[in-house]
Amino acid sequence: MASNMVSGLINANPVVYEKKERRTRSAPVDTRNQHSILLPFCGMGGRLGAIICSYQSLTEAELLDNLAYQGKSLKGYYIKDPEHPYSLEELKVITEDAIEVDDKRSYVRVTFTPTVEHCSMATVIGLCLRVKLMRSLPPRYKVDIRVAPGSHASEAAVNKQLNDKERVAAALENPNLVDMVDECLAPSLI
Amino acid sequence: MGESVPWIKYIELYVSSTATPSEQAASVDEVATLLKKGIFSLETLVKEMEMYLTTTDSIVRSRGNLLLAELLDKLASKPLSSSSIHSLVGFFTERLADWKALRGALVGCLALLRRTADVGNVTDSDAKAVADSYLQNLQVQSFGQHDRKVSLAKLSTLGMLIKSLSGCNRGFDGGFLKPCRLKDTNEVLLHVKFPSSLTKGDNLVYGICEAVDGEKDPECLFLVFHIVECLGQIYPDPSGPLANYAEDMFEILGSYFPIHFTHPNGEDDDTKREELSRALMVSNLFHGTMWSQPKLKLLKQSALPEDVYKENLDTYLYSDVFQLSFASTPLFEPFSIPLLLEKLSSSLPSTKVESFKYLSYCTLKYGPERMASHAEVLWSSVKYAIYMSPQCTPTKDSELFGGMGFKDSDVMMQAFVLLQEVIQQYGDFISLVLGDNDINAFLNSLNQYNEMDDIPSLAKQRLHVVGHILSICAKPSPALCNKVFNSCFPLLMESLGLSVEKSINGYLDEDCSPPAKFNLAAIYLCTELLAACRYVAVSLDSSTPALEFSQQTWSTMLNNSCKPLVKTFFSLLRSTEADQRASSGVYFGVKGLEILATFPESFLLASNSLYDNILSEFVRTVTSGSHETFLWTLTLKALTEIGLFANKHPESAKSVIFEKIVVEKFVSLIPSGESTMPSSLKLKAAFEIGGTRKEFMFKVVHALSAAIYTNFSAAYDEGNHESGKLMIQLLDTYTEKVLPWFLKIGGFEEIPLNFALGIWEKIEHTMYLNLSALEIAMGAGYKDLLSAIMTAMKKAVGSCSKESQEIIINKAFGVLSSSTSFGFESGSSLVKEEDVKQNLNPSDSSCKHEWLTSLFASVIIALRPQTSIPNGKMIIQLFIKSLLNGHVPSAHALGSLVNKLPLEINGMNCSENLTLNKALDMISPTFTGISHHDKVSQNNGSGVDFSSLRLNTLRMQSGINTAIGLAWIGKGLLMRGHEKVKDITMALLSLLMLDREGVDSKELQIIDVEDMHQLRTTAADAFHIIMSDSGECLNRAYHATIRPLYKQRFFSTIMPIFLSLLIKSDASLVSPTYTSRSMLYRAFAHVVSDTPLIAVLAESKKIVPILLECLSVLSKDVANKDIIYNVLLVISGILLEKNGQEAAVENAPIIINLLIDLTTFQHMMAIRETAIQCLVAMTELPYTRIYPLRTKVLQATSKALDDPKRIVRQEAVRCRQSWASIASRTLRF
Repeated sequence: MASNMVSGLINANPVVYEKKERRTRSAPVDTRNQHSILLPFCGMGGRLGAIICSYQSLTEAELLDNLAYQGKSLKGYYIKDPEHPYSLEELKVITEDAIEVDDKRSYVRVTFTPTVEHCSMATVIGLCLRVKLMRSLPPRYKVDIRVAPGSHASEAAVNKQLNDKERVAAALENPNLVDMVDECLAPSLI
Repeated sequence: MGESVPWIKYIELYVSSTATPSEQAASVDEVATLLKKGIFSLETLVKEMEMYLTTTDSIVRSRGNLLLAELLDKLASKPLSSSSIHSLVGFFTERLADWKALRGALVGCLALLRRTADVGNVTDSDAKAVADSYLQNLQVQSFGQHDRKVSLAKLSTLGMLIKSLSGCNRGFDGGFLKPCRLKDTNEVLLHVKFPSSLTKGDNLVYGICEAVDGEKDPECLFLVFHIVECLGQIYPDPSGPLANYAEDMFEILGSYFPIHFTHPNGEDDDTKREELSRALMVSNLFHGTMWSQPKLKLLKQSALPEDVYKENLDTYLYSDVFQLSFASTPLFEPFSIPLLLEKLSSSLPSTKVESFKYLSYCTLKYGPERMASHAEVLWSSVKYAIYMSPQCTPTKDSELFGGMGFKDSDVMMQAFVLLQEVIQQYGDFISLVLGDNDINAFLNSLNQYNEMDDIPSLAKQRLHVVGHILSICAKPSPALCNKVFNSCFPLLMESLGLSVEKSINGYLDEDCSPPAKFNLAAIYLCTELLAACRYVAVSLDSSTPALEFSQQTWSTMLNNSCKPLVKTFFSLLRSTEADQRASSGVYFGVKGLEILATFPESFLLASNSLYDNILSEFVRTVTSGSHETFLWTLTLKALTEIGLFANKHPESAKSVIFEKIVVEKFVSLIPSGESTMPSSLKLKAAFEIGGTRKEFMFKVVHALSAAIYTNFSAAYDEGNHESGKLMIQLLDTYTEKVLPWFLKIGGFEEIPLNFALGIWEKIEHTMYLNLSALEIAMGAGYKDLLSAIMTAMKKAVGSCSKESQEIIINKAFGVLSSSTSFGFESGSSLVKEEDVKQNLNPSDSSCKHEWLTSLFASVIIALRPQTSIPNGKMIIQLFIKSLLNGHVPSAHALGSLVNKLPLEINGMNCSENLTLNKALDMISPTFTGISHHDKVSQNNGSGVDFSSLRLNTLRMQSGINTAIGLAWIGKGLLMRGHEKVKDITMALLSLLMLDREGVDSKELQIIDVEDMHQLRTTAADAFHIIMSDSGECLNRAYHATIRPLYKQRFFSTIMPIFLSLLIKSDASLVSPTYTSRSMLYRAFAHVVSDTPLIAVLAESKKIVPILLECLSVLSKDVANKDIIYNVLLVISGILLEKNGQEAAVENAPIIINLLIDLTTFQHMMAIRETAIQCLVAMTELPYTRIYPLRTKVLQATSKALDDPKRIVRQEAVRCRQSWASIASRTLRF
């Protein structure tokens, strides 16, 4: 999969889009998707009690923010394209519209659009997304990663590969692939 | 000769090739100092150095020359005789031919040429000789390359060469700081300097052309620009020598445009930049025309952040110097303008910005005649930049500006500047603008939009641009204003359905109503135009008689259509949608009226009745408002603006009308409760209007005080709770707005004085305070009223001078002592327990008692240290008594007293006045049971005498009150740096450590465990009171004595005590829940979290383990969450500092375990968030130390990923990312 480096870049001249302004900490807290939940807790003297606190559901924007975060600087950058120094958002590989979150059912679906139809990097990008989501979501979530319909030549194969637990596990044991994923997720200082 | 040996040594050191550069520099300094002191003369030096200056060994010779030259440079301010200057200049001029010693010669020439006239400078003929020799001997650009044998770096040589050339130029332009010689003697100078032939000037220019061609070094380039600028000044003649070479010269120059200086990032970069800017500013090379200090300051003050400013300093410098050289002579015009215009089509915004900038500057320099030929091209390029493709973005608060708030891009801003410059220089340009087909078509197309929101974004931007263009065109002069009005105003009026003609019938009839929908775009342009027109009118107002206004076309037009315009604006204000949201119609309506109302008096003929109408309309709008709508705030703001304008001439008719219609109306509104306006709005409006002039504010204050007194009576005599509520608002306005306003202006002390006295007067006369009725009527608001009065009293007293304060305190004491409930009989020196008991039952009289004491305490709190207090002893007794009854303001007052009382009194009647020691003598027995004198004798550090706490152990409640009192008294003492604070601290600690063992078994029975706990908690929280800043008392506003670093001092004294106590209590773990240990930790947490972090960091090695222990103890009880949070903040502060990290390394596992526990703290989101942030900070610690903890952290934070709060989840993601990346190989965790 990684051997395509020999033949040069697959998409040598990608279109680069502007990044969207990220929400900053000082921005007013988004009150959408809030509802109250009961949390059991152990209080003073071991008594059991419950507090009601407002629960802010996971939203698409938050997930995108999480995907965006890299390293310690707050100038978060996305997972990088394996071929270019651009972030995936700049290349419009992932957008907020392409993320679907259902907090109640613990379900996340990310649809990404490779820059060219024959992009052999699609699986690597998908793998990076999966690793990143594994790091930023609680284990209760089922994560579904897909290529946008019609955006890739071997769409079905890629989708199957990305959502096959065994194959993902196997891929993550391949040192070359792991290196590549690490490279994509590494904090960038651009 | 013998005594000259020491300095000969320096010369030898300098000349020798083995010495290091720093040694050489030091030796130059040494010799220069000796010369400056006059230990020996320059002549002696030259004689001594003769060998070095003329030897055949070229290295030694060059160094010798350089030494002499550098010395001359250092002696720039030492007067020298003309003969020695002459001989020195002659020497160096000669040396210019000696290429091996060239550098010295150049430096020397330069140093001499730079000398100013008052310390002896080079004569003109000598300067000429230098220039001659220079041109003859040196081929600048080729020099550095072929002459590789010179041991100097090429760059510095070139720099020197050009610098000296630039020095020569100063010679020509009469710049031996005698600029007056410039004009008349220019020819003569040139003639004198180049007498041999006419072609000499040519020679010079040619030589310079040659010298500067292809220069690449930035510093030299800088000088090149300057030389060209000088040339432009020397040869302004169109047939002069420069004219022949102008094209060549410009070719050299033009190739550098646009200049952008980027420098590599590096260490020595800063120093280089510093040097550069210093060289620019210090050396007065630059006639103060440009990088003078004020300009730099301006740049610094501009909105640019510091780092951006630093980054771009070079670019600014170069750009400006370059710009000067570009515009130095109109001779460049045929070449420079086409170049700049061409560069405008560049795709780089920065190039466009630069081009516009240069064009504006050139326009200014070249003059209208030369620019006229370029007018059309200029207009089309400006139009392209601002109109065809406008790049402005709506600002965030665009809504508030009627949707027309835009921020222009840099290119647009510069284009506007150019337009302004061109129009100012060359008025005919305006016909191009006004005759522009596109813009006219745009103006005509405005009719299609009714609503602001209908206008597409591009058209909106264009609208903004056209508005700006019209305003720029109209502003420079009345004539231009006429033209703009002639071409646009009728059109705009027409689209509003109005006429500019003075007509009797038709639409202007009174009863004819304006159309329901307005063309808002036209209204926008109208307001812009009116604003520009007002600008012209105001600038003319002072100089022009009224008659002239009426002769101007614009004035006539405006006067004719004034009334219908006002009507239009009125109907915008009255429209139904006005109330709801930030509508653009409302904005422009108010704006337009405001502009019309602020025209100079002499301008509008029908001005007064119009003015009346506008003001009445505004007042109507404001008074009918029921809450702060967009319209309401906007109108009030417009009214204040009008007020400010009118009050520039307080005698004018406008000001009088304003006072009559607006001020009196609002002032009359204050006391009355009838109007529909809520009182908060009334007060706000009154304050804003009052703020326009002092006299108005006096009126407002008068009404305000009157209202306060009336309501006071109503509230207390009749128990009217409405009055009580109103009173709170009145008092708040008084303390938060009016008093600060007067303080800012200064010098109106009688206002707070009268207020305070007035309140006491009222209290005195309302002897039968019907407080219980009031309490019942107001419920919880009762306390608010008391605190509002107290705050007002404190603020008022605090802003008085010593003398006024004495008046107030005397009055207050008089009222207090005449009240029957205070037994001020003489002789009661100690507080008796019976008193305490007696006053514990709340009754009507105690309620009144509380009021009086509270108000009196407020007075005491705000006193200045210098103010003398009558009957101090009685006052202290009073406060002690009420404090023991749980009256906290009394504790504040006691704290303030011990903070401010003088240590000693020098004077006759010292027995009358209270000193600190006397006060402490009175206070100590009550609280610690030890009198001052006893304490001195037994204070051998033996600790605390538990038996002394007799009063406290008797009754827990008074124990708690004692603790509070001790806290405030301790705070007062600590802030002034008094040693007694230690006793207080020990007393508090003993309260805190109190447990059953310390109490007799007999008393044990009556002590409830809960009470005991509460007492100890209060004692622990007393440390918070001592360390934190208080808004209630003991701060700068209330004149507290504050010793610097008192917190740090307290921290360092109390820490060892805490440490030893903690070690002691380790052994005795008695009861698991409320141990004295946990109380110690509580107190410790308070102290640590209120100490400045820097002090904590210094002790971090010792502190961190205790801090962690403290956290783990405190986190057992949810009620401590605020304290936990504060401690956590201290920990995060420690983790972020290098010093603290070292301390954290040792305790890494404990810290991490604690933090992990806190990530699931359900009761406070901030704690979870901070704990996770601390975990992120932990990754900075050494890898080997934290690696083993990695799995644990990752597991713990995976729970936080599912936190209910988004912020916590985000922090968790960040945390996991950081921890995962410390061993990025493993993806599975």
